[in-house]
Parts: sequence; structure tokens; C-alpha cells
Amino acid sequence: MSHAAAHADHHEHHHGPAKGIGRWLYTTNHKDIGTMYMVFALIMFFIGGAMAMVIRAELFQPGLQLVDPQFFNSMTTMHALVMIFGAVMPAFVGLANWMVPVMIGAPDMALPRLNNWSFWIMPFAFLLLLSTLFLPGGAPAGGWTMYAPLVLQTGEAFPFLILAVHMMGISSVLGAINIIATIFNMRAPGLTYMKLPLFVWTWIITAFLLITSIPVLAGAVTMLLTDKYFGTSFFNAAGGGDPVMFQHIFWFFGHPEVYIMILPAFGIVSAIIPTFARKPLFGYESMVYATASIAFLSFIVWAHHMFTVGMPLAGELFFMYTTVLIAVPTGVKVFNWVATMWRGSMTFETPMLFALGFVVLFTIGGFSGLMLGVTPVDFQYHDTYFVVAHFHYVLVTGAVFSIMAATYYWLPKWTGHMYDERLGKLHFWSSVITVNILFFPQHFLGLAGMPRRIPDYAVQFTDFNMISSIGGFAFGLSQLLFLAVVIKCVRGGEKATDRVWEGAEGLEWTLPSPAPYHSFTTPPIVR
Amino acid sequence: MKSILHRLLLIVGFMPTAALADWQLNLTRGVTSISRNAYDLHMLVLWVCTIIGVVVFSVMFWSIFHHRKSRGAQAAHFHESTTVEVIWTLVPFLILVGLAVPATRALIHIEDAADADMSILITGYQWKWHYKYLEDDVEFFSKLDQDSNRARMLGSGEDPASVENYLLEVDNPVVIPVGKKVRFLTTANDVIHAWWVPALGFKRDAIPGFVNESWALVEEPGIYRGQCAELCGRDHGFMPIVVDARPPEAYAAWVAEFKAKRAAAALKQDPKRAWAREELVTHGAEVYAARCSDCHAADGSAVNGSAPSLAGGEVVLGAMDDLIDLVMFGTGEMHAFGGQLSDIDIAAVITFARNSFGNNAGDDLQPVKVAEFR
Repeated sequence: MSHAAAHADHHEHHHGPAKGIGRWLYTTNHKDIGTMYMVFALIMFFIGGAMAMVIRAELFQPGLQLVDPQFFNSMTTMHALVMIFGAVMPAFVGLANWMVPVMIGAPDMALPRLNNWSFWIMPFAFLLLLSTLFLPGGAPAGGWTMYAPLVLQTGEAFPFLILAVHMMGISSVLGAINIIATIFNMRAPGLTYMKLPLFVWTWIITAFLLITSIPVLAGAVTMLLTDKYFGTSFFNAAGGGDPVMFQHIFWFFGHPEVYIMILPAFGIVSAIIPTFARKPLFGYESMVYATASIAFLSFIVWAHHMFTVGMPLAGELFFMYTTVLIAVPTGVKVFNWVATMWRGSMTFETPMLFALGFVVLFTIGGFSGLMLGVTPVDFQYHDTYFVVAHFHYVLVTGAVFSIMAATYYWLPKWTGHMYDERLGKLHFWSSVITVNILFFPQHFLGLAGMPRRIPDYAVQFTDFNMISSIGGFAFGLSQLLFLAVVIKCVRGGEKATDRVWEGAEGLEWTLPSPAPYHSFTTPPIVR
Repeated sequence: MKSILHRLLLIVGFMPTAALADWQLNLTRGVTSISRNAYDLHMLVLWVCTIIGVVVFSVMFWSIFHHRKSRGAQAAHFHESTTVEVIWTLVPFLILVGLAVPATRALIHIEDAADADMSILITGYQWKWHYKYLEDDVEFFSKLDQDSNRARMLGSGEDPASVENYLLEVDNPVVIPVGKKVRFLTTANDVIHAWWVPALGFKRDAIPGFVNESWALVEEPGIYRGQCAELCGRDHGFMPIVVDARPPEAYAAWVAEFKAKRAAAALKQDPKRAWAREELVTHGAEVYAARCSDCHAADGSAVNGSAPSLAGGEVVLGAMDDLIDLVMFGTGEMHAFGGQLSDIDIAAVITFARNSFGNNAGDDLQPVKVAEFR
């Protein structure tokens, strides 16, 4: 790639950002909106994290010491909703907003006003959701999966939950439409599909997953709403409905959803490892095809989340085979990353450390995923702490680690300052050690027979729960370091160069640091 | 009613495991062919994953150590190799096919519930289990035992470690014969639950409107404990399962004993006769402790606002007909007890509630009146 026109727009600052709060309320600038998404995600990360601290504190020892079981259930439910819809998804959308236009040489997103709207729906959705904590009867406590009929027992919080989910869904779909429209229409001349950075590719596929799956979720929660208030019986067996149908519909959304939270992570890691190995990504084309295969498979594996509902043998076999098949394209990705490192010239700045942590720990989460896919043993693992350990390995050390890697990687480009490398490394090492103390013992708890979503447990589970809780508190505290690094970097620091990293490739590094408010107003030519 | 032999078995068989269980790392091997298959498959996949993990991470860390800039490594420029990529697509695929063969066999075995010797219908309730032996005409509710229930209350001040089998003990264990193929039919009365005893090797959802089928042939006598495994509301963590597997003769003796006790109780409990208030209050106190105190608390003060307080409550001291209707058919958070309690139980517990916790209605409710509402 070349960057003939990269600096051409440097002097065209005829208007910069507006002043005051209006800049953020009315902005249609992809960088402003990206920043708002990231800040919002960080706030939600700490709110959801605080809920996790309540959970780990109650589980520190057997017996109920701190909270009522109903409140405990609210905490697990809200922790999941806040982390999934409030932290991980907005963080990825924020990264897409910031980076996709500058990676493809576009001046902004294709639909800037829509972009503003899709962000500003989010704070209101979460205002609705979080306000349920103060309602009589408490916040939703039926699990983030909202299984009927249990969720229909929710009190006054119920309509808040449904409307909040609807609003989050609208925001995500609008964001996805915008990303697709941008990438399809606004690539720089010469930037063909097979030259796109992998982060852009993974986001195309993620956006299609969002557009396909979110409306299904919207349908499911709407049916819940009418079951509760308008006398329908979609999921009520006594009225001729089918409670299991809810689970089928929910997981038809839910499984693509888990890939929505991991495919952009694949893209980030595929950008970072080549940079710090100073060597091009191994097997670019197979990475694209593997991502597409994973996305396709995500639509035909949903019932592995519900093997215990009592499906026919043929159904169980089908979903077992398709599920374990996902290991093949996922394996290809991991092998390609390792091959990219092989005979490179590696350095280990914080983004690389998080990316390497991702590769190892996400793979461990993948292994437990493979184990869970084997139906006869899933009958033992299902709904135990083994599952909790599995999805926290792929979501925390997978998705969240990749978001942190991306933040460290692009923060100098966003702010124009280098972050504090010493603090960043401290953040990585304290996170990677404590997160394993937090989640690894949960594998043992699950295998020994501890169900998930319980506020109290039999005394033989005490030791590993204590270890896990201590790891949890330490991991929670470690994230304050992250906050400190980000704030310090925004306020000042060593001036970042345009390229920032010695081995960095791609259009975003041809811009000055910090990236100007308007970039690529004249498209660069890519050869 | 445990025999001496039974107690001995318990001590010899379970004390060492109970002591070791604190650091239990792995899945149980269990006591059925299903659980052993699951264990073997679990170990197989675990080893496959471990070996792949060791190989991949070794290569990665070797590279991290040797191919670093600080050691003067120069970056190569290769970035694809069709041969290598085909190999590392095909090899994992073949490994998966290798895993799928025993997994398919095990799954077919699990799903074959035909030719069972007996069937037990298991119904999940918030938050207890009901067992009905379809051939032997035995049925009962099974819920968390009183010691655990007291200790688990928020701020109870009791050390859970001082309660034997804390949270894993019930009032009425489900007794089954060893060496017989027992079919479990699971369903639910309110929300979805899941019946899971790890030593039996499977869990199966109990879903309202559905009847699911699973089976176990337990080979060794013993007490096997499990829990509800599907979030079912506030007290999801407090509805354990205890399976008491006994030799067939001991099982037959238990059935006979159960029926004899039931017949004796029925003689004393005639719903048609007139009951004295004191009689109703005494019996009602027992019913209340067993069925109502989880939500409304032992002293009727309600647990943390999860249910209305019964002390001086408007409803509890209100019109009798409305109250009977509420207890029998439920509403919102209040569970329907009509199907769970007898006429005598309902009459007794209502009389008790209206004349306890400082309430002083001074009246009583006769079982015959309750019968009119059925």
C-alpha cells in the first residue's frame, strides 16, 4: 500500500470540533463517536465489574453473608447484560468507528447522522436497564438468557428489560448497517477486498451477523412482552405454547452473538501480531475464509446451548457434529498467528503482550468449548462452573484482552501521546496472573459438581471459591491501572510519531498522531 | 430410618471422599454406565486438548524466546504455504472424526431408555422436587432439610460447616433399587428446572408441559447427591436431590414401610370430621415450617421483602374465601398450593396463620370448607 495523498488534507482544517457539550451531542464525526463509544464501554466495564465483585464477595465462603438470593440473581443477570451489551459490543463498535474509515482511507462513516443516533440510543437503553435496580421487586433476576417462563415472573422491571434490549438491538443494527455501507462504498481507490486489513474484514462479517441475529432477539423479547401483558401464549405450555421454543429462538440469536464478540477480536490480534513480529500475517486469505466459515457455522450450532432440554437423538448428533467442526477454522486462525510469529523479529510492548495473552488463553477457552460440544459429557458440564470458566476465558481473556490490546495499540494514534509503557506492562502482568487465579479454579468447581448461578454452595467447594474470589478482587483492582494509563495518556506524554510502531503497516499509520479531526478528505491511492 | 449397615456404608464409603472432596479437581466416575462413558470421553478429549495445547504453545513459546529482536532475530518474509495450511486443516478434522465415533456411541446409549424396570415421574416445583413412583404407588415431595435451611438464611449466624451435608440434604430422599433400570420422567409445575445427580452421569431439564425421559442403572448401593441445575428463581440454589440406592430387597421393604406409614396417617386424618382449632393450629405450624417459612420467614415477618409479612397482614386477616383462593390457586409471586397440600393441610395452615405472629382472628377453617373450592 502507498500513501501518496496521506498528508494532503493536513492543511484543510476549515472547521474543527465544536465547543462544549454540543460537540458530543450533535457530532457526526466518526472519531468523536468512536471515542464516545469507547468511554461508554469503559464506564459500563466498571459498572459490570462492580456487580461481579458483589458476586465474588458473596461466594467467598459458604452461607449467605451479604445479599439476598434474589439480589444475587439480579447481579448475575445484570452483570451479563451490562458486560455483553454495554461493554464488549460498544467497545468493538467504537473501535470500528474510529479505525474502519482511517483503515480504508474514507473521510468518515457512510451515514454520519445515523452514527450519532446509534450511539446516543445506548446511554438511554442502559439508563432504563440500570434504573431497575431501584424499582420495587428489584432488577431482572431470571438470567441474561431471559428463559421463559421464569423471566415472566419478573416484576415491574420486566418492561424496562424488554425495552432496554430493544434499544440496544436497534443501536447495534444501525451501527452494523453503517459499517457495511462504509466498507462497501468508501474504500480508497485500489483498496480491493482482498487487500483490506483483517480488522475490517472481521467487522464486515460481524456486521452481517448483527443484522441477521439481532432482529431474531427482538422477535423473541417481543413475544415475551405479549405473553406477559397481552394474553398470548407463545411460551406458555398451559396455553398451547412451548417454553423450549424460546430457547431455540434465543440461541439462534445467541450463538452468532458470541461470535459478534470474538470476530473483531480476531481482527485486532491479526493486526497486532504482524506489527510486533515485523513480518506479514501468515495465510491472509485463509484467515478471511476461516472467519467466514466460523460465521456460517454460528447459525447452525445454536442448540448446543440447550442439549439438556431433551432433543431427539438425531438433533443432538447434528448439533454435536457442527459444534465440534468449529474447532477446524478456529484452529486455522491460531496456527496462522503462531506461524506469523515464527521467524519474526519480535518485541513485546503492551499491545503485543495482550495479543499473546489472547492467543494462549483464548485457545484454552476454545479447548473447553470443544469439550462442551461433546454432548454425552455436556450432560455433566452443562450449567456448572465449567461453563462459567469456559465463557469467561473466551470473553475476558479473549474479547476484553483484545479490546485492551487494541486500546494500547491505537491510543498513541488517537491522543498523539505514547502511553506509560511501564504502567501498561504492569497492567498486563497483574491482569494475566489474576485472571487465571479468578477463572482457572472454576473449571475444577464445575467438574466437582458446582452448578452455576447459585448464591451459596456446599462446603466442599469452599477452597476453590475463595481462591477464585481473591483472584477476582485482584483482577478488578488491576483494571484501575488501565484507567490510570488511559487518563495519563490522554493528558499528555511523550509525543507519538506518525507510524508509532516500527513494524506497523496500513493507512492509519500514514496519518499524523493524533489523527486530525478530518482525515482522508482526499482519498489516498492504494497500489 | 437408616439401618446400621447403611450407616456403616456411609461412613466407610463416604468419609474419605468427603475429606478429599475439598480439592476435587476432576469429574466423578459415577456409578452408572452412562457416567463412566461420560468420564472416559471427558478424559479422552481432555488429553487430546492437552497434547494439542502443549505442541502449539511449545512452538509459540520457542518462537517467542528465539525469534525476538533483542536476540538479533531478522524477520523472514514468508506469509503463506498451501501445503502447511491444508495439513493443519485436515489433521484437526480427522482428530474430530476420531472423537465423534465414541461420542456418538455414548449418546445412543444414553438415549435408549427402553425396557426400563420401573419409572419415576419427577416434577420440579419452586423450590422442591416431587417424586411419583408409577408402578409402586408411592409419591412425596422432597425439599432442603431443616438444618441446612436454617443455616442458609442471610445472617443466620450458623456456620455452614457445622451442618452435615450442607445444602445437599433433603427431608425425603428418592429411594431406588440397585441393579434395576430406572426410567426418570422429568417435568415441571411452574418454571424450568433441571434434575442432576453427577454420579448418575446426566442432567435433564424439567420443563412445564413437556415430559423428558432419561434413565440410570445404579450398580452400587449408596447415597448420591445432586442439585437443580437450571436457574429457577430465588431459591434455585436450595433444591438439592438425594438418591438413596438400596439393594432390591431393601427397596421393597422401604416401599412397604412407606405405605404402612401413609395408611396409619390417613386413619388419623379424616378431612370430613370437625377439627378443633388447637388441633388445626398444631398441624398448621408443621405445614407452615415445611412449606411457607422459606419466603414468609419462620416468624411470618417475610424474608427481605420477597413476600408480604403475615403479621397483621390485611390479606391474611381478610375475607376467608379470598384467602383460601389465594393459597390454593396462587397469584403472581404467591405459589399455588392447591395441588401440593391436602384439604387438612390448607385448613390447618390458614387457621395457624390467622392465629399466630400476633394475629388473633380467633376463628378456624374446616377441611370440608376447603374441599368446596376444589
